[in-house]
Amino acid sequence: MDTAVTAKKKWWAGGYSPFNVSYGKLMMWYFLMSDAFTFGALLIAYGTIRFSSPSWPDPNEVFKSFPGMGHAELPLMFVSLMTFILIMSSVTMVLAVHAGHMRDRKAVAKWLMWTIVGGIAFLSCQAWEWTHLFHEGAWWGRNPFINVDGTQASTNFTNFFFTITGFHGLHVTSGVVLNIVILANVLKGTYDQRGHYEMVEKVGLYWHFVDLVWVFVFTCFYLL
Amino acid sequence: MEHTHTAAGHESAHSDSSTKSIWRTFWILLCITLVEVGLAFLHLEYGFLPRVMLNSIFIGLTLVKAFYIVAEFMHLGHEIKNLIMTILVPLLLFVWFIIAFLYEGDSWKNMRKDLKPGTPVETPKVGPAEKHH
Repeated sequence: MDTAVTAKKKWWAGGYSPFNVSYGKLMMWYFLMSDAFTFGALLIAYGTIRFSSPSWPDPNEVFKSFPGMGHAELPLMFVSLMTFILIMSSVTMVLAVHAGHMRDRKAVAKWLMWTIVGGIAFLSCQAWEWTHLFHEGAWWGRNPFINVDGTQASTNFTNFFFTITGFHGLHVTSGVVLNIVILANVLKGTYDQRGHYEMVEKVGLYWHFVDLVWVFVFTCFYLL
Repeated sequence: MEHTHTAAGHESAHSDSSTKSIWRTFWILLCITLVEVGLAFLHLEYGFLPRVMLNSIFIGLTLVKAFYIVAEFMHLGHEIKNLIMTILVPLLLFVWFIIAFLYEGDSWKNMRKDLKPGTPVETPKVGPAEKHH
Protein backbone atom coordinates (compact mmCIF):
# COMPACT_ATOMS: atom_id res chain seq x y z
CA MET A 1 0.00 0.00 0.00
CA ASP A 2 2.65 2.49 -1.05
CA THR A 3 0.87 5.85 -1.22
CA ALA A 4 3.98 7.94 -1.82
CA VAL A 5 3.25 7.95 -5.55
CA THR A 6 -0.40 8.70 -6.31
CA ALA A 7 -1.63 6.41 -9.05
CA LYS A 8 -3.58 8.04 -11.86
CA LYS A 9 -7.25 7.27 -11.38
CA LYS A 10 -8.50 4.69 -13.85
CA TRP A 11 -11.65 6.50 -14.91
CA TRP A 12 -12.97 3.59 -16.95
CA ALA A 13 -12.21 0.89 -14.36
CA GLY A 14 -15.79 0.88 -13.08
CA GLY A 15 -17.29 1.67 -9.72
CA TYR A 16 -17.65 5.39 -10.35
CA SER A 17 -18.74 7.72 -13.12
CA PRO A 18 -15.98 8.04 -15.72
CA PHE A 19 -17.03 11.66 -16.14
CA ASN A 20 -16.95 12.40 -12.42
CA VAL A 21 -20.53 13.67 -12.51
CA SER A 22 -23.82 12.05 -11.61
CA TYR A 23 -25.94 10.25 -14.19
CA GLY A 24 -28.57 13.00 -14.19
CA LYS A 25 -26.05 15.74 -14.85
CA LEU A 26 -24.36 13.75 -17.63
CA MET A 27 -27.68 13.08 -19.31
CA MET A 28 -28.50 16.79 -19.16
CA TRP A 29 -25.22 17.50 -20.95
CA TYR A 30 -26.05 14.85 -23.59
CA PHE A 31 -29.49 16.37 -24.09
CA LEU A 32 -27.97 19.85 -24.46
CA MET A 33 -25.62 18.46 -27.12
CA SER A 34 -28.59 17.15 -29.10
CA ASP A 35 -30.39 20.46 -28.71
CA ALA A 36 -27.24 22.31 -29.76
CA PHE A 37 -27.24 20.38 -33.02
CA THR A 38 -30.93 21.10 -33.55
CA PHE A 39 -30.44 24.83 -33.12
CA GLY A 40 -27.21 24.64 -35.09
CA ALA A 41 -29.03 22.99 -37.97
CA LEU A 42 -31.72 25.70 -37.95
CA LEU A 43 -29.18 28.51 -37.82
CA ILE A 44 -26.97 26.99 -40.50
CA ALA A 45 -30.04 26.48 -42.71
CA TYR A 46 -30.72 30.20 -42.21
CA GLY A 47 -27.12 30.99 -43.14
CA THR A 48 -27.30 28.84 -46.27
CA ILE A 49 -30.50 30.47 -47.52
CA ARG A 50 -29.15 33.91 -46.74
CA PHE A 51 -25.88 33.16 -48.54
CA SER A 52 -27.83 31.91 -51.53
CA SER A 53 -29.94 35.08 -51.71
CA PRO A 54 -28.74 37.99 -53.84
CA SER A 55 -30.02 40.41 -51.19
CA TRP A 56 -31.60 40.42 -47.74
CA PRO A 57 -33.44 42.89 -45.46
CA ASP A 58 -31.23 45.08 -43.29
CA PRO A 59 -31.66 44.17 -39.59
CA ASN A 60 -31.00 47.79 -38.63
CA GLU A 61 -34.09 48.78 -40.59
CA VAL A 62 -36.33 45.93 -39.46
CA PHE A 63 -35.47 45.95 -35.75
CA LYS A 64 -35.47 49.58 -34.76
CA SER A 65 -38.51 49.96 -32.56
CA PHE A 66 -38.60 50.21 -28.77
CA PRO A 67 -41.62 49.78 -26.53
CA GLY A 68 -43.00 53.10 -25.38
CA MET A 69 -40.80 55.12 -27.75
CA GLY A 70 -43.39 55.42 -30.52
CA HIS A 71 -41.80 55.93 -33.91
CA ALA A 72 -38.32 56.72 -32.62
CA GLU A 73 -35.68 54.83 -34.60
CA LEU A 74 -33.43 52.95 -32.21
CA PRO A 75 -31.76 50.19 -34.21
CA LEU A 76 -30.90 47.10 -32.18
CA MET A 77 -31.56 48.81 -28.84
CA PHE A 78 -34.46 46.61 -27.83
CA VAL A 79 -32.74 43.36 -28.71
CA SER A 80 -29.65 44.52 -26.78
CA LEU A 81 -31.90 45.00 -23.76
CA MET A 82 -33.25 41.48 -24.25
CA THR A 83 -29.70 40.11 -24.41
CA PHE A 84 -28.83 41.96 -21.22
CA ILE A 85 -31.91 40.56 -19.43
CA LEU A 86 -31.05 37.00 -20.41
CA ILE A 87 -27.39 37.33 -19.44
CA MET A 88 -28.47 38.80 -16.07
CA SER A 89 -30.81 35.86 -15.52
CA SER A 90 -27.92 33.51 -16.28
CA VAL A 91 -25.85 35.28 -13.62
CA THR A 92 -28.63 34.95 -11.03
CA MET A 93 -28.87 31.26 -11.98
CA VAL A 94 -25.15 30.73 -11.35
CA LEU A 95 -25.57 32.50 -8.00
CA ALA A 96 -28.45 30.14 -7.19
CA VAL A 97 -26.28 27.11 -7.98
CA HIS A 98 -23.48 28.59 -5.89
CA ALA A 99 -25.87 29.10 -2.96
CA GLY A 100 -26.90 25.47 -3.43
CA HIS A 101 -23.30 24.39 -2.89
CA MET A 102 -23.39 26.36 0.36
CA ARG A 103 -26.69 24.59 1.21
CA ASP A 104 -28.21 28.04 1.75
CA ARG A 105 -31.90 27.41 1.03
CA LYS A 106 -33.04 31.00 1.33
CA ALA A 107 -30.36 32.29 -1.04
CA VAL A 108 -31.11 29.56 -3.58
CA ALA A 109 -34.78 30.51 -3.51
CA LYS A 110 -33.96 34.19 -3.86
CA TRP A 111 -31.63 33.83 -6.85
CA LEU A 112 -33.83 31.23 -8.53
CA MET A 113 -36.79 33.61 -8.19
CA TRP A 114 -34.80 36.40 -9.87
CA THR A 115 -33.89 33.97 -12.67
CA ILE A 116 -37.58 33.23 -13.21
CA VAL A 117 -38.35 36.97 -13.23
CA GLY A 118 -35.63 37.48 -15.84
CA GLY A 119 -37.02 34.66 -17.97
CA ILE A 120 -40.54 36.08 -17.85
CA ALA A 121 -39.19 39.55 -18.66
CA PHE A 122 -37.35 38.16 -21.70
CA LEU A 123 -40.48 36.33 -22.90
CA SER A 124 -42.53 39.51 -22.48
CA CYS A 125 -40.00 41.44 -24.57
CA GLN A 126 -40.05 38.77 -27.27
CA ALA A 127 -43.86 38.79 -27.25
CA TRP A 128 -43.81 42.58 -27.73
CA GLU A 129 -41.31 42.26 -30.58
CA TRP A 130 -43.43 39.60 -32.30
CA THR A 131 -46.64 41.61 -31.86
CA HIS A 132 -44.98 44.75 -33.18
CA LEU A 133 -43.61 42.95 -36.25
CA PHE A 134 -47.00 41.30 -36.81
CA HIS A 135 -48.67 44.68 -36.83
CA GLU A 136 -46.16 45.84 -39.43
CA GLY A 137 -47.31 42.95 -41.63
CA ALA A 138 -44.67 40.34 -40.86
CA TRP A 139 -45.55 36.71 -40.19
CA TRP A 140 -44.81 33.26 -41.51
CA GLY A 141 -45.43 33.62 -45.23
CA ARG A 142 -45.64 37.44 -45.10
CA ASN A 143 -42.66 39.78 -45.38
CA PRO A 144 -43.31 43.54 -45.70
CA PHE A 145 -39.63 44.50 -45.53
CA ILE A 146 -37.53 45.17 -48.61
CA ASN A 147 -34.01 44.00 -49.30
CA VAL A 148 -30.95 46.18 -48.94
CA ASP A 149 -30.71 46.47 -52.72
CA GLY A 150 -34.32 47.65 -52.98
CA THR A 151 -35.85 44.48 -54.36
CA GLN A 152 -38.88 42.77 -52.85
CA ALA A 153 -37.68 40.43 -50.10
CA SER A 154 -38.74 36.78 -50.03
CA THR A 155 -40.62 35.34 -47.09
CA ASN A 156 -37.48 33.40 -46.11
CA PHE A 157 -36.52 36.27 -43.83
CA THR A 158 -39.67 36.22 -41.70
CA ASN A 159 -40.08 32.45 -41.88
CA PHE A 160 -36.65 31.87 -40.41
CA PHE A 161 -36.98 34.71 -37.91
CA PHE A 162 -40.25 33.55 -36.40
CA THR A 163 -39.33 29.86 -36.52
CA ILE A 164 -35.95 30.20 -34.82
CA THR A 165 -36.90 32.87 -32.26
CA GLY A 166 -40.12 30.92 -31.65
CA PHE A 167 -38.27 27.67 -31.06
CA HIS A 168 -35.90 29.53 -28.75
CA GLY A 169 -38.86 31.16 -26.98
CA LEU A 170 -40.34 27.69 -26.40
CA HIS A 171 -37.09 26.70 -24.72
CA VAL A 172 -37.15 29.81 -22.53
CA THR A 173 -40.75 29.04 -21.59
CA SER A 174 -40.01 25.44 -20.68
CA GLY A 175 -36.97 26.68 -18.76
CA VAL A 176 -39.13 29.09 -16.77
CA VAL A 177 -41.63 26.31 -16.02
CA LEU A 178 -38.84 23.96 -14.89
CA ASN A 179 -37.35 26.69 -12.73
CA ILE A 180 -40.73 27.32 -11.08
CA VAL A 181 -41.11 23.59 -10.32
CA ILE A 182 -37.61 23.43 -8.85
CA LEU A 183 -38.20 26.64 -6.86
CA ALA A 184 -41.29 25.01 -5.34
CA ASN A 185 -39.13 22.06 -4.33
CA VAL A 186 -36.45 24.33 -2.90
CA LEU A 187 -39.01 26.14 -0.76
CA LYS A 188 -40.48 22.83 0.34
CA GLY A 189 -37.08 21.70 1.57
CA THR A 190 -36.84 18.70 -0.78
CA TYR A 191 -33.15 19.29 -1.50
CA ASP A 192 -32.21 19.93 2.10
CA GLN A 193 -33.71 16.52 2.83
CA ARG A 194 -31.91 15.00 -0.13
CA GLY A 195 -28.62 16.44 1.05
CA HIS A 196 -27.66 18.25 -2.14
CA TYR A 197 -28.92 20.89 -4.52
CA GLU A 198 -27.81 19.15 -7.68
CA MET A 199 -31.25 19.56 -9.29
CA VAL A 200 -30.65 23.31 -9.26
CA GLU A 201 -27.39 22.70 -11.10
CA LYS A 202 -29.12 20.58 -13.72
CA VAL A 203 -31.83 23.14 -14.53
CA GLY A 204 -29.04 25.69 -14.35
CA LEU A 205 -27.25 23.93 -17.20
CA TYR A 206 -30.45 24.04 -19.25
CA TRP A 207 -30.92 27.73 -18.51
CA HIS A 208 -27.38 28.60 -19.53
CA PHE A 209 -27.85 26.65 -22.73
CA VAL A 210 -30.92 28.76 -23.50
CA ASP A 211 -28.82 31.89 -22.93
CA LEU A 212 -26.04 30.50 -25.11
CA VAL A 213 -28.43 29.83 -28.00
CA TRP A 214 -29.72 33.39 -27.70
CA VAL A 215 -26.16 34.72 -28.00
CA PHE A 216 -25.90 32.95 -31.37
CA VAL A 217 -29.41 33.92 -32.52
CA PHE A 218 -28.64 37.55 -31.62
CA THR A 219 -25.45 37.45 -33.66
CA CYS A 220 -26.92 35.70 -36.71
CA PHE A 221 -30.16 37.65 -37.03
CA TYR A 222 -29.29 41.08 -35.71
CA LEU A 223 -25.56 41.62 -36.16
CA LEU A 224 -24.41 39.74 -39.24
CA MET B 1 -31.01 23.07 11.27
CA GLU B 2 -28.06 25.16 12.53
CA HIS B 3 -27.68 26.50 9.06
CA THR B 4 -30.42 29.11 9.10
CA HIS B 5 -28.82 31.65 11.43
CA THR B 6 -25.32 31.45 10.12
CA ALA B 7 -26.45 31.38 6.51
CA ALA B 8 -25.90 35.08 5.91
CA GLY B 9 -22.51 35.19 7.57
CA HIS B 10 -21.62 31.91 5.97
CA GLU B 11 -22.26 33.28 2.53
CA SER B 12 -20.14 36.36 2.84
CA ALA B 13 -17.29 34.45 4.48
CA HIS B 14 -17.02 31.53 2.06
CA SER B 15 -18.59 32.57 -1.20
CA ASP B 16 -16.96 35.95 -1.89
CA SER B 17 -14.07 34.46 -3.85
CA SER B 18 -16.22 32.34 -6.16
CA THR B 19 -19.03 34.88 -6.56
CA LYS B 20 -16.26 37.26 -7.57
CA SER B 21 -15.41 35.09 -10.57
CA ILE B 22 -19.14 34.86 -11.40
CA TRP B 23 -19.51 38.65 -11.47
CA ARG B 24 -16.24 38.99 -13.34
CA THR B 25 -17.63 36.73 -16.08
CA PHE B 26 -20.82 38.84 -16.13
CA TRP B 27 -18.86 42.07 -16.70
CA ILE B 28 -16.85 40.40 -19.47
CA LEU B 29 -20.05 39.26 -21.21
CA LEU B 30 -21.67 42.67 -20.79
CA CYS B 31 -18.65 44.55 -22.12
CA ILE B 32 -18.34 42.25 -25.14
CA THR B 33 -22.05 42.77 -25.93
CA LEU B 34 -21.65 46.55 -25.61
CA VAL B 35 -18.63 46.45 -27.93
CA GLU B 36 -20.66 44.43 -30.46
CA VAL B 37 -23.60 46.82 -30.37
CA GLY B 38 -21.23 49.80 -30.45
CA LEU B 39 -19.41 48.48 -33.53
CA ALA B 40 -22.75 47.76 -35.24
CA PHE B 41 -23.83 51.34 -34.51
CA LEU B 42 -20.53 52.81 -35.76
CA HIS B 43 -20.83 50.81 -38.95
CA LEU B 44 -24.43 51.92 -39.40
CA GLU B 45 -23.77 55.62 -38.87
CA TYR B 46 -20.25 56.14 -40.19
CA GLY B 47 -19.56 53.07 -42.31
CA PHE B 48 -16.71 52.26 -39.92
CA LEU B 49 -15.01 48.97 -40.82
CA PRO B 50 -15.79 46.99 -43.97
CA ARG B 51 -18.65 44.53 -43.62
CA VAL B 52 -16.46 41.41 -43.88
CA MET B 53 -14.16 42.53 -41.09
CA LEU B 54 -17.13 43.58 -38.97
CA ASN B 55 -18.78 40.19 -39.37
CA SER B 56 -15.56 38.37 -38.53
CA ILE B 57 -15.26 40.42 -35.34
CA PHE B 58 -18.90 39.65 -34.45
CA ILE B 59 -18.38 35.93 -34.95
CA GLY B 60 -15.13 36.00 -32.97
CA LEU B 61 -16.67 37.90 -30.07
CA THR B 62 -19.70 35.61 -30.06
CA LEU B 63 -17.41 32.60 -29.75
CA VAL B 64 -15.61 34.29 -26.84
CA LYS B 65 -18.99 34.85 -25.14
CA ALA B 66 -19.92 31.22 -25.78
CA PHE B 67 -16.63 30.10 -24.27
CA TYR B 68 -17.25 32.08 -21.08
CA ILE B 69 -20.84 30.89 -20.71
CA VAL B 70 -19.88 27.23 -21.19
CA ALA B 71 -16.62 27.25 -19.24
CA GLU B 72 -17.67 29.44 -16.28
CA PHE B 73 -21.46 29.53 -16.02
CA MET B 74 -21.93 25.89 -16.99
CA HIS B 75 -18.77 25.01 -15.09
CA LEU B 76 -17.43 22.84 -17.90
CA GLY B 77 -13.99 24.41 -17.56
CA HIS B 78 -13.69 22.90 -14.09
CA GLU B 79 -14.90 19.41 -14.96
CA ILE B 80 -12.59 16.51 -15.80
CA LYS B 81 -11.05 16.14 -19.22
CA ASN B 82 -13.31 13.21 -20.18
CA LEU B 83 -16.40 15.39 -19.91
CA ILE B 84 -14.83 18.42 -21.55
CA MET B 85 -13.81 16.31 -24.56
CA THR B 86 -17.22 14.63 -24.75
CA ILE B 87 -18.73 18.07 -25.27
CA LEU B 88 -16.06 19.80 -27.35
CA VAL B 89 -15.12 17.10 -29.86
CA PRO B 90 -18.61 16.60 -31.40
CA LEU B 91 -19.04 20.36 -31.58
CA LEU B 92 -16.03 20.47 -33.90
CA LEU B 93 -18.39 18.89 -36.44
CA PHE B 94 -19.95 22.35 -36.63
CA VAL B 95 -16.80 23.65 -38.32
CA TRP B 96 -17.38 21.24 -41.20
CA PHE B 97 -21.14 21.83 -41.09
CA ILE B 98 -20.82 25.60 -41.37
CA ILE B 99 -18.16 25.63 -44.07
CA ALA B 100 -20.00 23.04 -46.18
CA PHE B 101 -23.37 24.74 -46.03
CA LEU B 102 -22.21 28.30 -46.51
CA TYR B 103 -20.22 27.10 -49.52
CA GLU B 104 -23.37 25.35 -50.72
CA GLY B 105 -25.43 28.51 -50.31
CA ASP B 106 -22.85 30.48 -52.22
CA SER B 107 -22.86 27.94 -55.05
CA TRP B 108 -26.68 28.16 -55.23
CA LYS B 109 -26.38 31.91 -55.60
CA ASN B 110 -23.97 31.51 -58.48
CA MET B 111 -26.14 28.87 -60.11
CA ARG B 112 -29.14 31.18 -59.76
CA LYS B 113 -27.25 33.85 -61.58
CA ASP B 114 -26.30 31.52 -64.42
CA LEU B 115 -29.60 29.63 -64.63
CA LYS B 116 -32.14 32.45 -64.27
CA PRO B 117 -35.34 31.89 -66.34
CA GLY B 118 -34.77 33.45 -69.73
CA THR B 119 -31.07 32.69 -69.83
CA PRO B 120 -30.36 31.41 -73.35
CA VAL B 121 -29.54 27.72 -73.25
CA GLU B 122 -26.27 26.82 -74.92
CA THR B 123 -26.94 23.68 -76.96
CA PRO B 124 -23.89 21.43 -77.34
CA LYS B 125 -22.78 21.37 -80.97
CA VAL B 126 -23.29 17.90 -82.37
CA GLY B 127 -20.50 17.00 -84.78
CA PRO B 128 -20.47 14.15 -87.33
CA ALA B 129 -20.90 10.85 -85.48
CA GLU B 130 -17.56 9.21 -84.82
CA LYS B 131 -17.21 5.73 -86.13
CA HIS B 132 -15.80 3.52 -83.39
CA HIS B 133 -16.10 0.18 -85.08
